[in-house]
Amino acid sequence: MTISNPFSLEGKTILVTGASSGIGRAVAIECSRLGGSIVVTGRNKDRLQDTFENLCGHGHKLVAADLTVETEIEEILEVGSEFDGVVHVAGVLNYIPFRYVTEEKLNKAFSVNYFAPVILSQKLFKRNMIKRDASIVFISSLNGVFCSYVASSIYASTKGALNGLVKGMALDLADRHIRVNSVCPGMISTGLIKEGEITEDQLAEDKKKYPLKRYGKPEEVAYAVIYLLSDASTWVTGTNLLIDGGYTLL
Amino acid sequence: MNESEFVRNFAAQFEEVDPSVVAMDTNFRDLEEWSSFTALSIIAMVDEVYSLKITGNDIKNAKTVRDLFNLVYEKMK
Repeated sequence: MTISNPFSLEGKTILVTGASSGIGRAVAIECSRLGGSIVVTGRNKDRLQDTFENLCGHGHKLVAADLTVETEIEEILEVGSEFDGVVHVAGVLNYIPFRYVTEEKLNKAFSVNYFAPVILSQKLFKRNMIKRDASIVFISSLNGVFCSYVASSIYASTKGALNGLVKGMALDLADRHIRVNSVCPGMISTGLIKEGEITEDQLAEDKKKYPLKRYGKPEEVAYAVIYLLSDASTWVTGTNLLIDGGYTLL
Repeated sequence: MNESEFVRNFAAQFEEVDPSVVAMDTNFRDLEEWSSFTALSIIAMVDEVYSLKITGNDIKNAKTVRDLFNLVYEKMK
């Protein structure tokens, strides 16, 4: 017997969106540490450059792009890589009580969390930039798939829509052996929740609701993504992998 | 923006609280129904009515309805 690592990403080229910060940054870096060649994309050029400089090994690429703008999606398509993995991380989080839901707020959230990853996936697939046996991973959420939080009807709807997408795509792409899954994290400590509507005190209180008594770390989501990208999960498609510190047990 | 209009918009975020008990000098945390959800409603109301972004920390730092009025008033300048 020789030692082998089914989680290795060596020889795989992986596109990561939302790689300028938070979960996307962690996914890009951890995937590079397992040998993957990474194409990072994100809106903020400086922070994206910082992620890029922290990648392990060589042969990575950087494309600064706003995926809600069609011409900028083209820039990713022009990279010309064929991908073994695509990880859709780019997303927005907001807390809006239902009585304040408007079409504009819905459009804004759906544009980033749902339409952009769908359109990017479709264009990559149509141009044969997603290889046979590839793996596509969406970062979804606990919120909207397994349960919801207060003032989350918009955000939860975008993630619920991704749940349908994952299952529909998984069926349609199965004949090319392309797997499609999502990772559904509970609250992860990233910049996304450190600003805006929620205060530090409220976060401290919220953390107590998790049986493991803390929020997740971006790396802990990245490890789940690595499993779904790697050959360790070649018979896994159309699933939502829950990573929640036990939140939904209660 | 005037004071009575702001008080009315503020009071509208509560389901059970009688709007007539809410005034500029009301310490809003003393209202029985006050919760973190009310805070989110206030943030959304200020966004919708006054087209201004306030944060959870802004609310945390305020005690009375007047404090919030002054915050919004300053941001409008």
